[in-house]
Amino acid sequence: MTSIHESRLHQHFRRYNGGRWVVWGLYALVLAVSPLVFTSSLSLTMLSQIGIGIIACLAFNMLLGQGGMLSFGHAVYSGLGSFFAIHALNLVAAGKFNIPVSLVPLVGGAAGLLFAVLLGYVTTKKAGTPFAMITLGVGELVAAMALMFPGFFGGEGGINGNRVIGKAVLGISFGPQGQLYYLIAVYCFVCTALMFAFTRTPLGRMLNAVRDNPERVEFIGYSTQHVRYLAFMASGLFMGIAGGLGALNFEIVTSEVVGAARSGAYLLFTFLGGAVFFFGPIIGAVLMVLALVLLSELTQAWLLYLGLWFLFMVMYAPGGISSLIMMNLRLASFGKLSRLWTAYLALAGLAFVILVGAAAMIEMVYHLQLNQALGPEMKFMGATLNAKGFDSWFGAAFVLLTGLAMFELTRREFVRQWSVIQVEIEHEIKQREALA
Amino acid sequence: MSYALELRDVRKSFGKTEIIRGASLGVNAGERVAIIGPNGAGKSTLFNLISGRFGITSGDILLHGQSLAGLSPFQINRRGLSRSFQVSNLFIRLSVFENIRCAVLWSMGYKYSFWKFLADMRDANERAEEVLQMIKLERRRDVLATNLTYAEQRALEIGITIAGGASVILLDEPTAGMSKSETARFVNLIREVTVGKTLLTVEHDMGVVFGLADKIAVLVYGEVIAFDEPAAVRANQRVQEAYLGSVLADAQAAEAGH
Repeated sequence: MTSIHESRLHQHFRRYNGGRWVVWGLYALVLAVSPLVFTSSLSLTMLSQIGIGIIACLAFNMLLGQGGMLSFGHAVYSGLGSFFAIHALNLVAAGKFNIPVSLVPLVGGAAGLLFAVLLGYVTTKKAGTPFAMITLGVGELVAAMALMFPGFFGGEGGINGNRVIGKAVLGISFGPQGQLYYLIAVYCFVCTALMFAFTRTPLGRMLNAVRDNPERVEFIGYSTQHVRYLAFMASGLFMGIAGGLGALNFEIVTSEVVGAARSGAYLLFTFLGGAVFFFGPIIGAVLMVLALVLLSELTQAWLLYLGLWFLFMVMYAPGGISSLIMMNLRLASFGKLSRLWTAYLALAGLAFVILVGAAAMIEMVYHLQLNQALGPEMKFMGATLNAKGFDSWFGAAFVLLTGLAMFELTRREFVRQWSVIQVEIEHEIKQREALA
Repeated sequence: MSYALELRDVRKSFGKTEIIRGASLGVNAGERVAIIGPNGAGKSTLFNLISGRFGITSGDILLHGQSLAGLSPFQINRRGLSRSFQVSNLFIRLSVFENIRCAVLWSMGYKYSFWKFLADMRDANERAEEVLQMIKLERRRDVLATNLTYAEQRALEIGITIAGGASVILLDEPTAGMSKSETARFVNLIREVTVGKTLLTVEHDMGVVFGLADKIAVLVYGEVIAFDEPAAVRANQRVQEAYLGSVLADAQAAEAGH
């Protein structure tokens, strides 16, 4: 069902291209204005990370969404980009290498490209599951190397750098986070535009063809291996640029940046944002930073919540958040979204009830396991729960189960309404086609 | 004069089983050849060998006098041989137009370019629109391939095959699974889009075979036992024996009844 909806969706939205300049203008505006709206130093840090994340997730999606290649080790290319960029930065500081600091991310990009050329040659010899396995292997290999060569990778402490070098040019030293943010924003906008342009070229289109049907591609004159390899290099280049910006942003690069956890984060959040549409990974990158920075502050169990969320998305919305948005936009364009808002309100309210019930239990378990010394009493959303008391557990379970039951009932009604509307829309499209 | 496509004692074994056992065939440029034969005779295997999907065990296949031995499917395609598939083999998440345009790109010399926009390639876009009209799918231009009807998917399958302008076309059961009226329309379509091309087709429907082919090749147990004009093949004793009063005899009986 979902795939049919999505495919219809594609068709529908292909027709509205006139607004593209508006969309790009808004994108530039949001990048430019965000630090003026969110002025705290924490939000500035997060905005910088979001800008870097957007480049990385979009580059990752060149393979996942556009080429059907699932990479489990893509942090290798951003991570090696980071290391080369920080070494370049230190060389510049020592006066041995003369480039402006604003171009250091391009050194990262060159490194990402170089390693994509070397490692990608092996990786892209295969497609599908073998491809995924090789990326996993290469990822482990590079992560192991990072600890074996402390001279280059800095061992456990990593490599430090300082992005403020020499005198400020026109008042720009990249010392203040705000200045660096705008450097990141410019890179982010240009890279997004370039990656979007890539999807409009012969190679970009053939990459889609390879995703859909690699066998047929071989019979219309193209080598699938070659297409995959070239796309892998392009992806590596942009991953490297993201890594280089990361090096400037944190001024320290540790071996974590090439690790499996980082690769996993790219995959998870690109998927959550949605691999089907070009803009999906942008949403994914925003979520990635929110989760890694805010959610991890909020609760110790953040990885568990993230895992649960991922699970539900894979099961119920495999197209990610961008697909959900586009499906509802389609409804709106047919003037039918207003019929669903009560259902959405009910679903959102009940989802919150489920979350409260489940979170209370999860937090109690974590409290018992990790904060034993503080006694069984704990604070949860303003209330005091006794993690060893029957009442707290019974209450939480009651809230959870009631929420689940009500949610399921509401969901069934929602699904019914949804399919009625879809049938109506199909009908309208048929009528229009008949008239055309 | 060399043949457009020539098979010289082609053999193919899977393990110890020899599927194609010394098939030889010479097709002149511009000829339409139907390959017929009982089930399991190796017709599809033969197509897979010619198009490079499988490598041959021995013998040689020549396209315009040049050997195709050891080449990959995409290299063979670049030399001007294109094939369709028995089960539609489309780019399901791309629109009808994009499907055709993908098939046009290499022949127009765009290769793996990523510094030019598709929208600016007038020749490729015009050619794609032209093919859309030829296969009569211009009204379904922006529909995703997965949402097409069966007959439309078969037409798109042919469209992708001919779009690159290959001089030798291989069609593997193009009318399989179609109704009688659809088949009749489709035979006309195939005839139109392959004007001036060398055509090889595998076909079970004898109506299609006699309606489309200048020559018929009969493949039995991996050997070409007859290759001639339809009337001569019909009269051929060995062919009749091979079919043992099955398909061909039925067709003859039906024709006698008219």
